[in-house]
Amino acid sequence: MTTLDPATPAEVPTAPKAPHPIRELLIQRTLLGLLTLFLVSVVVFAATQVLPGNAAYAVLGQTATPDSLHLLEHRLGLDRPAIEQYWTWLSHLLRGDLGTSLVGQQRPVGSLVWPRVLNSAVLVLLAGVIGSIVGVLLGLWAALRRDRPTDHVLSVTSLAVTSLPEFAVAIGLVFVFATNVFRIFPAVSPIPPGEKPWDEPQMLVLPVLTLVVVVVPYIFRMMRAATIEALESEYVEMARLKGLPKTAVLLRHALPNALPATIQAIGLTFLYLAGGIVLVEYVFAYPGIGAGLVDAVTDKDIPVIQFIVILLAAFYVFMNIASDVASLLASPRRRIPR
Amino acid sequence: MTAPAKDAPEVDVPRVRRSELGHVLRDTVRTTRGIVGLGLTGLVLLVAFGGPFVAPYDPEEYVTAPFAKPSALYHLGGDNLGRDVFSRLLCGGWQLIVMAAIATVIGVALGAVAGIYAGYRRGLPDTVVMRAVDVLLAFPQIVFALLLVSVVGPRDWLLVVAVGLSHAPQVARVLRASTLDVSERDFVKAVEITGVSTPRIMIGEILPNLVTPLMVEIGLRMTYSIVIMAGLSFIGFGLPPPQPNWGTMINENRIGLTLNPWAALSPAIMIALLTIGLNTFTDAVTRVALGVDRKEAALAVAGPSLVAPPAHVASTDTGAGS
Repeated sequence: MTTLDPATPAEVPTAPKAPHPIRELLIQRTLLGLLTLFLVSVVVFAATQVLPGNAAYAVLGQTATPDSLHLLEHRLGLDRPAIEQYWTWLSHLLRGDLGTSLVGQQRPVGSLVWPRVLNSAVLVLLAGVIGSIVGVLLGLWAALRRDRPTDHVLSVTSLAVTSLPEFAVAIGLVFVFATNVFRIFPAVSPIPPGEKPWDEPQMLVLPVLTLVVVVVPYIFRMMRAATIEALESEYVEMARLKGLPKTAVLLRHALPNALPATIQAIGLTFLYLAGGIVLVEYVFAYPGIGAGLVDAVTDKDIPVIQFIVILLAAFYVFMNIASDVASLLASPRRRIPR
Repeated sequence: MTAPAKDAPEVDVPRVRRSELGHVLRDTVRTTRGIVGLGLTGLVLLVAFGGPFVAPYDPEEYVTAPFAKPSALYHLGGDNLGRDVFSRLLCGGWQLIVMAAIATVIGVALGAVAGIYAGYRRGLPDTVVMRAVDVLLAFPQIVFALLLVSVVGPRDWLLVVAVGLSHAPQVARVLRASTLDVSERDFVKAVEITGVSTPRIMIGEILPNLVTPLMVEIGLRMTYSIVIMAGLSFIGFGLPPPQPNWGTMINENRIGLTLNPWAALSPAIMIALLTIGLNTFTDAVTRVALGVDRKEAALAVAGPSLVAPPAHVASTDTGAGS
């Protein structure tokens, strides 16, 4: 990143200045992230296996007999002390031994969840990338047309859309594009097992579109605000007064300073998507981890719930570090040790 | 369209006093966004709470054909089991809204106490609270709620507690930032010298200066509460089925979208109007309280929050002058 930073022109790099704060931040954040994940695992374990009464009974429900109850308690390790249970669980998890599902054919959790992870990753990536591009462009456009009709229409629309629940957007899109008005795209997207999502791109359209619609207003608002702030700054005024062409002012002076905020917004968007996929995948019967989590919670399939929730939390922690580092890289001023 | 420009100096120094609450609300209602937001919210609340008294049929009774088209007798047609959609729509909102409101109160109260305490005491309490916040933030809100109901099953109180808890970390982050700002002011220092106890300073000196960020948080969290509560009902973790509920209704009736679209669309529209209304009103409050464009960033940041926002983001945080 060799962005020009007008604010620190006099800083002649005496020593190689770049990597220090970033390496420091990276190490610090990674350690904190690992600590967070450890505590996350405690919370997940406590919520599913220790806290609320007897998990074995919850799983078996009405059909519980003393024998089956004992068997399941033993299998889940519920007959041992909580600390020991936790330790066994965590060490198995860290060794990649995820246990087996409690329902159906009792398949290993890994073989149930990993294919879903791929499906969800495709969904999140497509929605995140498309949403970011659309949001950034619309935000820029509105900022450049500030207080004109375009800006007002975009801002008011984004305010309305940003508060819509994913499932309401999904139902609306299904109504318009799948069932009632046009019948272009499938209303549900059940990718058959063994197939990859990109084998049937038409099935991806509505789930991705739903997430894009939900995500764009947020990036739009951040981008618009950041650009307006940059455009109003004194150094942009200066550049303008020097007589630089409009595009040069925008591209070389205003935009680089709006970049960190935008990167933050995009990072937050991906974080949002980790939760957003739950409802959207459920609506479209899309076989990702979001829908998998809903199914697992419905079936009280505890090992699957534990693993999916930890995966989502790990994604959160990782994205957080990535977006912090990226926004630091994008703001030269803050790279210099103070 | 734009909020009336308040006296300019107020932008940088949020001097919020007890009486400011009234001022902000009054100014908010004078803006277009404020009145539109209030109107939409009021309309939906009227339907949700007045509806049960005027519903033409018993919402749980089978009165017509499944997915019957709308007619003079059944204004919005029939649902998947032949119940009157209109009656179910009128009766299916209030529980959702009450539960969301309680969850909001729990979440904002917990988050405010933790955030103000952490921000005022600094040091160890701050570290502990912020670590806990980091951990809870790692769960997407709906995932956290699902995790808590996974073993016990969906119970009203548990849903309310789960959604409330899931709000707390974000509220704590925002109010901690505002508290850091307020507790540096001279009047707080002055009271500290007189030996007033920590809780009394937090309630008597700091809290009154956080009215604006609190109002914004309440508005935002209420919107999210509705979204999450309805979402949980939608995926089958809400109130048990025979009762009408907007979230459940959408899910029950979406298979009949081609036969009677209103059965699924009308509850979705109600939820959408409510969240749009609440969010628009909250946006208007923010604009009035802080100025105009900068708070859009603040509002956006107040959403799903990062562990530690870089300085330029933190500086646009609610309540903090740049």
